[in-house]
Amino acid sequence: MSAAETGKRPSWQRRLAWYFPTIAVAVGVVLLWEILVVIFDIQQFLLPKPSAIFGEFAHQVNLWLAPDERSILFESSGATFWEAFGGFIIGCGSGILVALITSRWTIVSEATMPFAIAANSVPIIAFAPIMNNWFGITNPASKMAIVAIIVFFPTMINTVRGLTLVDAEELELMRSYAAKPADIMLKLRIPNALPYIFSALRVASALSLIGAVVAEFFGGPRATLGVYITQEASAFDFAKAWAAIMMASIIGIAFYLVVLIAERRLMPWHVSFREAV
Amino acid sequence: MAEENKDIVISAVDVNKVFNPGSDEEVVALKDINLEIEAGEFISLIGPSGCGKSTLMRLIGDLIQPNSGELRVNGKAPQQARLDRDYGMVFQAATLYEWRSVIKNVQLPLEVMGYSSDERRKLAMSMLDMVELGDFAEHYPWQLSGGMQQRVSIARALAFDPSVLLMDEPFGALDEFTRERMNLELLNIWRQTGKTIIFVTHSIAEAVFLSNRIVVMSPRPGRIAEIVSNTLPYPRDFNTRVDPAYIELVARVRELLRDAHEVD
Repeated sequence: MSAAETGKRPSWQRRLAWYFPTIAVAVGVVLLWEILVVIFDIQQFLLPKPSAIFGEFAHQVNLWLAPDERSILFESSGATFWEAFGGFIIGCGSGILVALITSRWTIVSEATMPFAIAANSVPIIAFAPIMNNWFGITNPASKMAIVAIIVFFPTMINTVRGLTLVDAEELELMRSYAAKPADIMLKLRIPNALPYIFSALRVASALSLIGAVVAEFFGGPRATLGVYITQEASAFDFAKAWAAIMMASIIGIAFYLVVLIAERRLMPWHVSFREAV
Repeated sequence: MAEENKDIVISAVDVNKVFNPGSDEEVVALKDINLEIEAGEFISLIGPSGCGKSTLMRLIGDLIQPNSGELRVNGKAPQQARLDRDYGMVFQAATLYEWRSVIKNVQLPLEVMGYSSDERRKLAMSMLDMVELGDFAEHYPWQLSGGMQQRVSIARALAFDPSVLLMDEPFGALDEFTRERMNLELLNIWRQTGKTIIFVTHSIAEAVFLSNRIVVMSPRPGRIAEIVSNTLPYPRDFNTRVDPAYIELVARVRELLRDAHEVD
Protein backbone atom coordinates (compact mmCIF):
# COMPACT_ATOMS: atom_id res chain seq x y z
CA MET A 1 0.00 0.00 0.00
CA SER A 2 1.47 3.36 0.92
CA ALA A 3 4.78 1.79 1.98
CA ALA A 4 5.31 0.93 -1.67
CA GLU A 5 4.28 4.39 -2.84
CA THR A 6 6.86 6.19 -0.72
CA GLY A 7 9.51 4.51 -2.84
CA LYS A 8 13.21 4.44 -2.12
CA ARG A 9 13.60 6.34 1.14
CA PRO A 10 15.41 4.46 3.93
CA SER A 11 13.17 2.00 5.70
CA TRP A 12 13.14 3.78 9.11
CA GLN A 13 11.93 6.94 7.42
CA ARG A 14 9.21 5.02 5.64
CA ARG A 15 8.24 3.39 8.91
CA LEU A 16 8.08 6.74 10.64
CA ALA A 17 5.92 8.10 7.83
CA TRP A 18 3.72 5.00 8.10
CA TYR A 19 3.28 5.24 11.88
CA PHE A 20 3.23 9.03 12.17
CA PRO A 21 -0.59 9.43 11.98
CA THR A 22 -1.08 6.83 14.71
CA ILE A 23 1.50 8.42 16.98
CA ALA A 24 0.08 11.87 16.31
CA VAL A 25 -3.42 10.71 17.27
CA ALA A 26 -2.15 9.15 20.52
CA VAL A 27 -0.18 12.23 21.53
CA GLY A 28 -3.10 14.48 20.53
CA VAL A 29 -5.63 12.56 22.63
CA VAL A 30 -3.39 12.62 25.71
CA LEU A 31 -2.74 16.36 25.29
CA LEU A 32 -6.42 17.10 24.82
CA TRP A 33 -7.23 15.02 27.91
CA GLU A 34 -4.69 16.98 29.97
CA ILE A 35 -5.93 20.35 28.69
CA LEU A 36 -9.64 19.53 29.20
CA VAL A 37 -9.04 18.31 32.77
CA VAL A 38 -7.25 21.59 33.56
CA ILE A 39 -9.70 23.89 31.76
CA PHE A 40 -12.85 22.33 33.23
CA ASP A 41 -11.18 21.74 36.57
CA ILE A 42 -12.32 18.10 36.62
CA GLN A 43 -12.02 16.42 40.00
CA GLN A 44 -9.20 13.88 40.10
CA PHE A 45 -11.54 11.10 41.32
CA LEU A 46 -13.54 11.55 38.14
CA LEU A 47 -10.61 11.73 35.78
CA PRO A 48 -6.99 12.35 36.79
CA LYS A 49 -4.65 14.26 34.49
CA PRO A 50 -2.51 12.03 32.23
CA SER A 51 0.55 13.72 33.74
CA ALA A 52 -0.54 12.56 37.21
CA ILE A 53 -1.03 8.98 35.92
CA PHE A 54 2.33 8.95 34.14
CA GLY A 55 3.91 10.44 37.28
CA GLU A 56 2.50 7.66 39.43
CA PHE A 57 3.57 5.09 36.87
CA ALA A 58 7.13 6.49 36.79
CA HIS A 59 7.15 6.45 40.59
CA GLN A 60 6.24 2.75 40.56
CA VAL A 61 8.96 2.04 38.01
CA ASN A 62 11.50 3.73 40.30
CA LEU A 63 10.29 1.71 43.29
CA TRP A 64 10.53 -1.45 41.21
CA LEU A 65 14.08 -0.65 40.07
CA ALA A 66 15.32 0.42 43.52
CA PRO A 67 17.04 -2.53 45.22
CA ASP A 68 15.54 -2.07 48.69
CA GLU A 69 12.04 -0.95 47.74
CA ARG A 70 9.06 -2.87 46.41
CA SER A 71 6.39 -1.85 43.97
CA ILE A 72 3.03 -3.41 44.77
CA LEU A 73 1.91 -2.44 41.25
CA PHE A 74 4.68 -4.43 39.61
CA GLU A 75 4.18 -7.38 41.94
CA SER A 76 0.47 -7.28 41.13
CA SER A 77 1.16 -7.12 37.43
CA GLY A 78 3.45 -10.13 37.61
CA ALA A 79 0.86 -12.16 39.50
CA THR A 80 -1.97 -11.20 37.15
CA PHE A 81 0.18 -11.85 34.10
CA TRP A 82 0.91 -15.39 35.27
CA GLU A 83 -2.76 -16.06 35.92
CA ALA A 84 -3.64 -14.82 32.44
CA PHE A 85 -0.72 -16.61 30.77
CA GLY A 86 -1.31 -19.88 32.63
CA GLY A 87 -5.01 -19.81 31.77
CA PHE A 88 -4.17 -18.94 28.16
CA ILE A 89 -1.81 -21.90 27.79
CA ILE A 90 -4.16 -24.36 29.51
CA GLY A 91 -7.31 -23.11 27.74
CA CYS A 92 -5.89 -22.67 24.24
CA GLY A 93 -3.80 -25.81 24.48
CA SER A 94 -6.75 -27.97 25.47
CA GLY A 95 -8.99 -26.17 22.94
CA ILE A 96 -6.63 -27.09 20.10
CA LEU A 97 -6.18 -30.61 21.44
CA VAL A 98 -9.91 -31.28 21.79
CA ALA A 99 -10.46 -29.86 18.29
CA LEU A 100 -7.80 -32.17 16.83
CA ILE A 101 -9.38 -35.16 18.53
CA THR A 102 -13.01 -34.37 17.70
CA SER A 103 -12.35 -33.38 14.08
CA ARG A 104 -10.85 -36.82 13.56
CA TRP A 105 -14.41 -38.12 13.72
CA THR A 106 -16.89 -35.93 11.88
CA ILE A 107 -19.79 -37.23 13.97
CA VAL A 108 -18.11 -36.24 17.23
CA SER A 109 -17.28 -32.73 16.08
CA GLU A 110 -20.75 -32.25 14.62
CA ALA A 111 -22.28 -33.41 17.90
CA THR A 112 -20.09 -31.20 20.11
CA MET A 113 -19.95 -28.02 18.03
CA PRO A 114 -23.45 -26.72 18.89
CA PHE A 115 -22.62 -27.06 22.59
CA ALA A 116 -19.29 -25.34 22.15
CA ILE A 117 -20.92 -22.48 20.26
CA ALA A 118 -23.64 -22.18 22.92
CA ALA A 119 -21.04 -22.27 25.70
CA ASN A 120 -19.11 -19.57 23.88
CA SER A 121 -22.01 -17.17 24.32
CA VAL A 122 -22.26 -17.79 28.07
CA PRO A 123 -20.73 -15.00 30.22
CA ILE A 124 -18.19 -17.34 31.78
CA ILE A 125 -16.83 -14.57 34.00
CA ALA A 126 -20.04 -15.04 36.04
CA PHE A 127 -18.53 -18.28 37.29
CA ALA A 128 -15.65 -16.40 38.95
CA PRO A 129 -17.19 -16.57 42.48
CA ILE A 130 -17.78 -20.29 41.99
CA MET A 131 -14.16 -20.81 41.00
CA ASN A 132 -13.15 -18.83 44.10
CA ASN A 133 -15.10 -21.39 46.13
CA TRP A 134 -13.65 -24.35 44.27
CA PHE A 135 -9.98 -23.38 44.25
CA GLY A 136 -9.78 -20.82 47.06
CA ILE A 137 -10.03 -17.09 46.65
CA THR A 138 -6.27 -16.44 46.95
CA ASN A 139 -5.27 -19.42 44.85
CA PRO A 140 -4.10 -18.29 41.35
CA ALA A 141 -5.73 -21.48 40.04
CA SER A 142 -9.18 -19.94 40.57
CA LYS A 143 -8.33 -17.13 38.11
CA MET A 144 -6.47 -19.43 35.72
CA ALA A 145 -9.51 -21.69 35.60
CA ILE A 146 -11.76 -18.78 34.58
CA VAL A 147 -9.28 -17.63 31.93
CA ALA A 148 -8.83 -21.18 30.64
CA ILE A 149 -12.59 -21.69 30.26
CA ILE A 150 -13.04 -18.29 28.59
CA VAL A 151 -10.35 -18.94 25.95
CA PHE A 152 -11.10 -22.65 25.50
CA PHE A 153 -14.30 -22.29 23.48
CA PRO A 154 -13.27 -19.75 20.84
CA THR A 155 -10.01 -21.63 20.33
CA MET A 156 -11.71 -24.98 19.99
CA ILE A 157 -14.44 -23.68 17.68
CA ASN A 158 -12.00 -21.92 15.38
CA THR A 159 -9.64 -24.87 15.28
CA VAL A 160 -12.44 -27.27 14.35
CA ARG A 161 -13.50 -24.84 11.61
CA GLY A 162 -9.97 -24.57 10.27
CA LEU A 163 -9.54 -28.35 10.26
CA THR A 164 -12.85 -29.05 8.55
CA LEU A 165 -13.34 -26.09 6.18
CA VAL A 166 -10.86 -27.48 3.69
CA ASP A 167 -11.21 -26.77 -0.03
CA ALA A 168 -12.89 -29.79 -1.65
CA GLU A 169 -10.39 -29.97 -4.51
CA GLU A 170 -7.41 -29.69 -2.18
CA LEU A 171 -8.85 -32.72 -0.44
CA GLU A 172 -9.51 -34.57 -3.72
CA LEU A 173 -5.89 -34.01 -4.63
CA MET A 174 -4.88 -35.91 -1.49
CA ARG A 175 -7.38 -38.60 -2.38
CA SER A 176 -5.86 -38.92 -5.85
CA TYR A 177 -2.48 -39.51 -4.17
CA ALA A 178 -4.08 -42.24 -2.03
CA ALA A 179 -2.77 -40.28 0.98
CA LYS A 180 -3.01 -41.70 4.50
CA PRO A 181 -5.28 -39.87 7.00
CA ALA A 182 -2.19 -38.81 8.93
CA ASP A 183 -0.74 -37.13 5.83
CA ILE A 184 -4.03 -35.37 5.14
CA MET A 185 -4.03 -34.11 8.73
CA LEU A 186 -0.41 -32.96 8.77
CA LYS A 187 -0.02 -31.65 5.24
CA LEU A 188 -3.48 -30.22 4.62
CA ARG A 189 -5.83 -29.87 7.58
CA ILE A 190 -3.42 -28.46 10.14
CA PRO A 191 -1.76 -25.90 7.82
CA ASN A 192 -5.25 -24.95 6.65
CA ALA A 193 -6.29 -24.44 10.29
CA LEU A 194 -3.31 -22.26 11.26
CA PRO A 195 -4.89 -18.92 10.27
CA TYR A 196 -8.07 -19.90 12.15
CA ILE A 197 -6.07 -20.95 15.21
CA PHE A 198 -4.06 -17.74 15.26
CA SER A 199 -7.09 -15.55 14.89
CA ALA A 200 -8.49 -17.37 17.95
CA LEU A 201 -5.20 -16.96 19.83
CA ARG A 202 -5.18 -13.22 19.16
CA VAL A 203 -8.68 -12.90 20.59
CA ALA A 204 -7.71 -15.24 23.44
CA SER A 205 -4.64 -13.15 24.32
CA ALA A 206 -6.87 -10.13 24.95
CA LEU A 207 -9.59 -12.21 26.63
CA SER A 208 -7.15 -13.86 29.00
CA LEU A 209 -6.03 -10.58 30.56
CA ILE A 210 -9.59 -9.26 30.74
CA GLY A 211 -10.67 -12.54 32.33
CA ALA A 212 -7.91 -12.48 34.93
CA VAL A 213 -8.45 -8.83 35.96
CA VAL A 214 -12.24 -9.09 36.11
CA ALA A 215 -12.03 -12.39 38.01
CA GLU A 216 -9.85 -10.57 40.54
CA PHE A 217 -12.57 -7.97 41.00
CA PHE A 218 -14.49 -10.79 42.71
CA GLY A 219 -11.65 -11.14 45.19
CA GLY A 220 -8.09 -12.38 45.20
CA PRO A 221 -4.68 -11.86 46.80
CA ARG A 222 -3.70 -8.22 47.56
CA ALA A 223 -0.95 -8.19 44.95
CA THR A 224 -3.02 -8.65 41.79
CA LEU A 225 -4.11 -5.96 39.35
CA GLY A 226 -7.86 -6.46 39.77
CA VAL A 227 -7.67 -6.20 43.56
CA TYR A 228 -5.18 -3.32 43.30
CA ILE A 229 -7.52 -1.32 41.05
CA THR A 230 -10.62 -1.89 43.23
CA GLN A 231 -8.74 -1.03 46.43
CA GLU A 232 -7.02 2.11 45.14
CA ALA A 233 -10.27 3.27 43.55
CA SER A 234 -12.22 2.82 46.77
CA ALA A 235 -9.40 4.62 48.63
CA PHE A 236 -9.84 7.56 46.20
CA ASP A 237 -6.24 7.20 45.02
CA PHE A 238 -7.20 7.47 41.40
CA ALA A 239 -3.77 8.13 39.94
CA LYS A 240 -2.73 4.74 41.37
CA ALA A 241 -5.83 3.01 40.02
CA TRP A 242 -5.30 4.52 36.59
CA ALA A 243 -1.62 3.61 36.63
CA ALA A 244 -2.71 0.02 37.24
CA ILE A 245 -5.19 0.24 34.36
CA MET A 246 -2.38 1.56 32.19
CA MET A 247 -0.23 -1.36 33.27
CA ALA A 248 -2.98 -3.83 32.40
CA SER A 249 -3.27 -2.21 28.97
CA ILE A 250 0.47 -2.45 28.37
CA ILE A 251 0.51 -6.14 29.32
CA GLY A 252 -2.54 -6.81 27.14
CA ILE A 253 -1.03 -5.10 24.11
CA ALA A 254 2.34 -6.79 24.64
CA PHE A 255 0.65 -10.19 24.88
CA TYR A 256 -1.25 -9.53 21.68
CA LEU A 257 1.92 -8.45 19.88
CA VAL A 258 3.76 -11.60 20.94
CA VAL A 259 0.97 -13.73 19.45
CA LEU A 260 1.06 -11.60 16.29
CA ILE A 261 4.83 -12.05 15.93
CA ALA A 262 4.51 -15.80 16.44
CA GLU A 263 1.82 -15.82 13.76
CA ARG A 264 4.04 -14.01 11.27
CA ARG A 265 6.88 -16.38 11.97
CA LEU A 266 4.77 -19.51 11.59
CA MET A 267 2.77 -18.51 8.54
CA PRO A 268 4.62 -15.85 6.55
CA TRP A 269 2.74 -17.08 3.47
CA HIS A 270 -0.62 -15.87 4.71
CA VAL A 271 -2.58 -13.15 2.85
CA SER A 272 -2.39 -10.70 5.72
CA PHE A 273 1.43 -10.62 5.71
CA ARG A 274 2.11 -10.68 1.99
CA GLU A 275 3.37 -7.13 1.86
CA ALA A 276 6.19 -8.03 4.20
CA VAL A 277 7.56 -10.99 2.19
CA MET B 1 -8.49 -60.22 -21.96
CA ALA B 2 -5.60 -58.21 -20.59
CA GLU B 3 -3.47 -59.66 -23.38
CA GLU B 4 -5.61 -58.62 -26.34
CA ASN B 5 -6.40 -55.15 -24.94
CA LYS B 6 -2.81 -54.34 -24.12
CA ASP B 7 -3.04 -50.77 -25.35
CA ILE B 8 -6.39 -49.97 -23.79
CA VAL B 9 -5.76 -47.73 -20.78
CA ILE B 10 -9.35 -46.87 -19.99
CA SER B 11 -12.48 -48.76 -20.87
CA ALA B 12 -16.06 -47.97 -19.90
CA VAL B 13 -18.87 -50.42 -20.56
CA ASP B 14 -22.49 -49.31 -20.01
CA VAL B 15 -21.49 -46.97 -17.22
CA ASN B 16 -24.34 -45.15 -15.46
CA LYS B 17 -24.17 -42.50 -12.80
CA VAL B 18 -27.23 -41.25 -10.93
CA PHE B 19 -27.02 -38.59 -8.24
CA ASN B 20 -29.49 -38.78 -5.33
CA PRO B 21 -31.13 -41.96 -6.71
CA GLY B 22 -34.72 -42.47 -5.59
CA SER B 23 -35.16 -38.96 -4.25
CA ASP B 24 -36.94 -35.93 -5.72
CA GLU B 25 -33.60 -34.51 -6.72
CA GLU B 26 -32.60 -37.57 -8.73
CA VAL B 27 -30.32 -36.64 -11.62
CA VAL B 28 -29.14 -39.07 -14.26
CA ALA B 29 -25.68 -37.63 -14.77
CA LEU B 30 -24.41 -40.29 -17.15
CA LYS B 31 -26.33 -42.87 -19.15
CA ASP B 32 -24.86 -45.92 -20.88
CA ILE B 33 -21.36 -44.62 -21.39
CA ASN B 34 -19.19 -46.80 -23.61
CA LEU B 35 -15.67 -45.62 -24.31
CA GLU B 36 -12.22 -47.04 -24.92
CA ILE B 37 -9.11 -44.95 -24.63
CA GLU B 38 -5.75 -46.18 -25.84
CA ALA B 39 -2.38 -45.53 -24.28
CA GLY B 40 -0.92 -42.17 -25.25
CA GLU B 41 -4.17 -40.72 -26.56
CA PHE B 42 -5.19 -37.12 -25.98
CA ILE B 43 -8.96 -37.25 -25.44
CA SER B 44 -11.14 -34.20 -24.94
CA LEU B 45 -14.54 -34.43 -23.30
CA ILE B 46 -16.67 -31.54 -24.50
CA GLY B 47 -20.29 -30.55 -24.03
CA PRO B 48 -22.61 -28.01 -22.42
CA SER B 49 -22.85 -27.85 -18.65
CA GLY B 50 -24.83 -30.74 -17.23
CA CYS B 51 -23.62 -33.17 -19.91
CA GLY B 52 -21.61 -35.11 -17.35
CA LYS B 53 -18.15 -34.52 -18.80
CA SER B 54 -16.65 -33.72 -15.40
CA THR B 55 -18.62 -36.55 -13.83
CA LEU B 56 -17.12 -39.00 -16.32
CA MET B 57 -13.64 -37.72 -15.53
CA ARG B 58 -14.31 -38.02 -11.81
CA LEU B 59 -15.58 -41.58 -12.27
CA ILE B 60 -12.41 -42.53 -14.12
CA GLY B 61 -10.35 -40.94 -11.35
CA ASP B 62 -12.29 -42.75 -8.60
CA LEU B 63 -13.37 -39.50 -6.97
CA ILE B 64 -16.93 -40.87 -7.30
CA GLN B 65 -18.27 -44.34 -8.14
CA PRO B 66 -20.68 -45.46 -10.88
CA ASN B 67 -24.10 -46.91 -10.06
CA SER B 68 -23.74 -49.57 -12.73
CA GLY B 69 -21.52 -50.62 -15.58
CA GLU B 70 -17.86 -51.44 -15.61
CA LEU B 71 -14.88 -49.11 -15.63
CA ARG B 72 -11.34 -50.39 -16.02
CA VAL B 73 -8.16 -48.35 -15.84
CA ASN B 74 -4.95 -50.09 -16.81
CA GLY B 75 -6.94 -53.33 -16.50
CA LYS B 76 -7.87 -52.54 -12.88
CA ALA B 77 -10.84 -51.10 -11.05
CA PRO B 78 -10.48 -47.30 -10.77
CA GLN B 79 -10.02 -47.57 -7.01
CA GLN B 80 -7.07 -49.92 -7.45
CA ALA B 81 -5.65 -47.61 -10.11
CA ARG B 82 -5.92 -44.71 -7.67
CA LEU B 83 -4.24 -46.70 -4.91
CA ASP B 84 -1.49 -47.57 -7.43
CA ARG B 85 -1.10 -43.83 -8.07
CA ASP B 86 -1.98 -44.08 -11.75
CA TYR B 87 -3.63 -40.63 -11.87
CA GLY B 88 -2.28 -37.13 -12.09
CA MET B 89 -5.05 -34.58 -11.60
CA VAL B 90 -5.31 -30.95 -12.65
CA PHE B 91 -8.39 -28.90 -11.76
CA GLN B 92 -9.72 -25.60 -13.06
CA ALA B 93 -8.31 -23.87 -10.01
CA ALA B 94 -4.59 -24.54 -9.63
CA THR B 95 -5.30 -25.78 -6.05
CA LEU B 96 -1.76 -25.12 -4.94
CA TYR B 97 -1.34 -25.22 -1.17
CA GLU B 98 -0.75 -21.57 -0.34
CA TRP B 99 1.55 -22.37 2.60
CA ARG B 100 3.98 -24.20 0.36
CA SER B 101 6.50 -22.70 -2.02
CA VAL B 102 6.26 -23.68 -5.68
CA ILE B 103 8.81 -26.49 -5.39
CA LYS B 104 7.25 -27.74 -2.14
CA ASN B 105 3.91 -27.92 -3.92
CA VAL B 106 5.40 -30.05 -6.68
CA GLN B 107 7.00 -32.22 -3.98
CA LEU B 108 3.68 -32.75 -2.17
CA PRO B 109 2.66 -35.99 -3.94
CA LEU B 110 6.22 -37.26 -3.66
CA GLU B 111 6.18 -36.65 0.12
CA VAL B 112 2.88 -38.47 0.46
CA MET B 113 4.23 -41.35 -1.62
CA GLY B 114 7.38 -41.68 0.44
CA TYR B 115 10.09 -40.59 -2.00
CA SER B 116 13.44 -39.68 -0.40
CA SER B 117 14.16 -35.98 -0.06
CA ASP B 118 16.92 -36.13 -2.71
CA GLU B 119 14.56 -37.77 -5.20
CA ARG B 120 11.85 -35.29 -4.34
CA ARG B 121 14.05 -32.31 -5.01
CA LYS B 122 15.45 -33.77 -8.22
CA LEU B 123 12.08 -34.82 -9.64
CA ALA B 124 10.36 -31.58 -8.65
CA MET B 125 13.14 -29.50 -10.15
CA SER B 126 13.07 -31.40 -13.45
CA MET B 127 9.27 -31.01 -13.60
CA LEU B 128 9.55 -27.27 -12.95
CA ASP B 129 12.18 -27.01 -15.67
CA MET B 130 9.83 -28.81 -18.03
CA VAL B 131 7.12 -26.21 -17.44
CA GLU B 132 9.80 -23.50 -17.58
CA LEU B 133 9.37 -22.37 -13.99
CA GLY B 134 12.73 -23.48 -12.62
CA ASP B 135 13.53 -19.89 -11.64
CA PHE B 136 10.37 -19.66 -9.53
CA ALA B 137 10.98 -22.72 -7.36
CA GLU B 138 11.20 -20.75 -4.11
CA HIS B 139 8.31 -18.39 -4.88
CA TYR B 140 4.94 -18.73 -3.25
CA PRO B 141 1.83 -19.46 -5.39
CA TRP B 142 0.32 -16.00 -4.88
CA GLN B 143 3.42 -14.43 -6.42
CA LEU B 144 2.67 -16.22 -9.72
CA SER B 145 0.19 -15.38 -12.48
CA GLY B 146 -2.78 -17.66 -13.10
CA GLY B 147 -1.09 -19.32 -16.07
CA MET B 148 2.10 -19.94 -14.10
CA GLN B 149 0.12 -21.40 -11.21
CA GLN B 150 -1.58 -23.80 -13.57
CA ARG B 151 1.82 -24.86 -14.95
CA VAL B 152 2.94 -25.62 -11.40
CA SER B 153 -0.22 -27.66 -10.98
CA ILE B 154 0.64 -29.64 -14.13
CA ALA B 155 4.20 -30.16 -12.91
CA ARG B 156 2.82 -31.44 -9.61
CA ALA B 157 0.44 -33.84 -11.39
CA LEU B 158 3.30 -35.30 -13.44
CA ALA B 159 5.93 -35.41 -10.68
CA PHE B 160 5.23 -39.01 -9.67
CA ASP B 161 4.96 -40.19 -13.28
CA PRO B 162 1.31 -41.35 -13.32
CA SER B 163 0.17 -43.10 -16.49
CA VAL B 164 -3.02 -41.06 -16.88
CA LEU B 165 -3.40 -37.29 -16.66
CA LEU B 166 -6.93 -36.13 -15.81
CA MET B 167 -7.52 -32.44 -16.51
CA ASP B 168 -10.81 -30.78 -15.59
CA GLU B 169 -11.09 -27.48 -17.50
CA PRO B 170 -7.53 -26.61 -16.50
CA PHE B 171 -7.35 -23.45 -18.60
CA GLY B 172 -10.98 -22.37 -18.16
CA ALA B 173 -10.07 -19.48 -15.87
CA LEU B 174 -7.30 -18.09 -18.07
CA ASP B 175 -7.53 -15.34 -20.67
CA GLU B 176 -7.57 -16.31 -24.35
CA PHE B 177 -3.89 -15.54 -25.06
CA THR B 178 -2.60 -17.35 -22.03
CA ARG B 179 -4.89 -20.26 -22.80
CA GLU B 180 -3.54 -20.63 -26.36
CA ARG B 181 0.03 -20.54 -25.08
CA MET B 182 -0.82 -23.13 -22.43
CA ASN B 183 -2.36 -25.32 -25.15
CA LEU B 184 0.94 -25.31 -27.00
CA GLU B 185 2.90 -26.04 -23.85
CA LEU B 186 0.57 -28.88 -22.93
CA LEU B 187 1.09 -30.47 -26.36
CA ASN B 188 4.83 -30.21 -25.79
CA ILE B 189 4.54 -31.87 -22.41
CA TRP B 190 2.32 -34.56 -23.90
CA ARG B 191 4.92 -35.23 -26.62
CA GLN B 192 7.74 -35.38 -24.08
CA THR B 193 5.95 -37.63 -21.59
CA GLY B 194 3.65 -39.74 -23.78
CA LYS B 195 0.92 -39.67 -21.09
CA THR B 196 -2.67 -40.59 -21.77
CA ILE B 197 -4.53 -37.33 -21.27
CA ILE B 198 -8.24 -36.89 -20.59
CA PHE B 199 -9.11 -33.26 -20.94
CA VAL B 200 -12.46 -31.76 -19.98
CA THR B 201 -13.24 -28.46 -21.67
CA HIS B 202 -16.09 -26.34 -22.93
CA SER B 203 -13.96 -24.67 -25.57
CA ILE B 204 -14.42 -26.21 -29.01
CA ALA B 205 -11.26 -24.56 -30.35
CA GLU B 206 -9.23 -25.97 -27.49
CA ALA B 207 -10.64 -29.47 -27.85
CA VAL B 208 -9.95 -29.59 -31.59
CA PHE B 209 -6.52 -28.04 -31.27
CA LEU B 210 -5.32 -30.44 -28.58
CA SER B 211 -6.86 -33.83 -28.97
CA ASN B 212 -6.67 -36.74 -31.34
CA ARG B 213 -10.25 -37.70 -30.44
CA ILE B 214 -13.06 -35.49 -29.22
CA VAL B 215 -15.86 -37.01 -27.18
CA VAL B 216 -18.92 -34.82 -27.79
CA MET B 217 -21.43 -35.16 -24.98
CA SER B 218 -25.03 -34.07 -24.58
CA PRO B 219 -27.02 -33.29 -21.44
CA ARG B 220 -30.06 -34.66 -19.56
CA PRO B 221 -29.21 -37.44 -19.32
CA GLY B 222 -25.47 -37.05 -19.89
CA ARG B 223 -24.37 -39.31 -22.73
CA ILE B 224 -21.88 -39.54 -25.56
CA ALA B 225 -23.38 -38.00 -28.71
CA GLU B 226 -20.45 -38.75 -30.97
CA ILE B 227 -16.75 -39.41 -30.91
CA VAL B 228 -14.92 -37.31 -33.50
CA SER B 229 -11.49 -38.40 -34.72
CA ASN B 230 -9.06 -35.60 -35.35
CA THR B 231 -6.35 -36.56 -37.80
CA LEU B 232 -4.69 -33.13 -37.98
CA PRO B 233 -0.97 -33.90 -37.80
CA TYR B 234 1.15 -33.21 -34.73
CA PRO B 235 3.09 -31.18 -33.84
CA ARG B 236 0.40 -28.55 -33.98
CA ASP B 237 1.24 -24.88 -33.69
CA PHE B 238 -0.28 -21.46 -34.30
CA ASN B 239 -0.65 -22.28 -38.01
CA THR B 240 -2.91 -25.18 -37.13
CA ARG B 241 -5.55 -22.71 -36.00
CA VAL B 242 -5.82 -21.22 -39.51
CA ASP B 243 -5.67 -24.59 -41.30
CA PRO B 244 -8.95 -25.13 -43.25
CA ALA B 245 -9.09 -28.71 -41.97
CA TYR B 246 -8.95 -27.40 -38.41
CA ILE B 247 -11.66 -24.83 -39.08
CA GLU B 248 -13.83 -27.51 -40.67
CA LEU B 249 -13.44 -29.74 -37.59
CA VAL B 250 -14.34 -26.87 -35.28
CA ALA B 251 -17.49 -26.31 -37.34
CA ARG B 252 -18.35 -29.99 -37.23
CA VAL B 253 -17.99 -30.21 -33.44
CA ARG B 254 -20.01 -27.03 -33.09
CA GLU B 255 -22.80 -28.57 -35.18
CA LEU B 256 -22.73 -31.79 -33.16
CA LEU B 257 -23.03 -29.78 -29.97
CA ARG B 258 -25.94 -27.82 -31.36
CA ASP B 259 -27.71 -31.03 -32.44
CA ALA B 260 -27.02 -32.61 -29.08
CA HIS B 261 -28.54 -29.60 -27.40
CA GLU B 262 -31.65 -29.60 -29.56
CA VAL B 263 -32.55 -33.12 -28.51
CA ASP B 264 -34.09 -31.84 -25.28
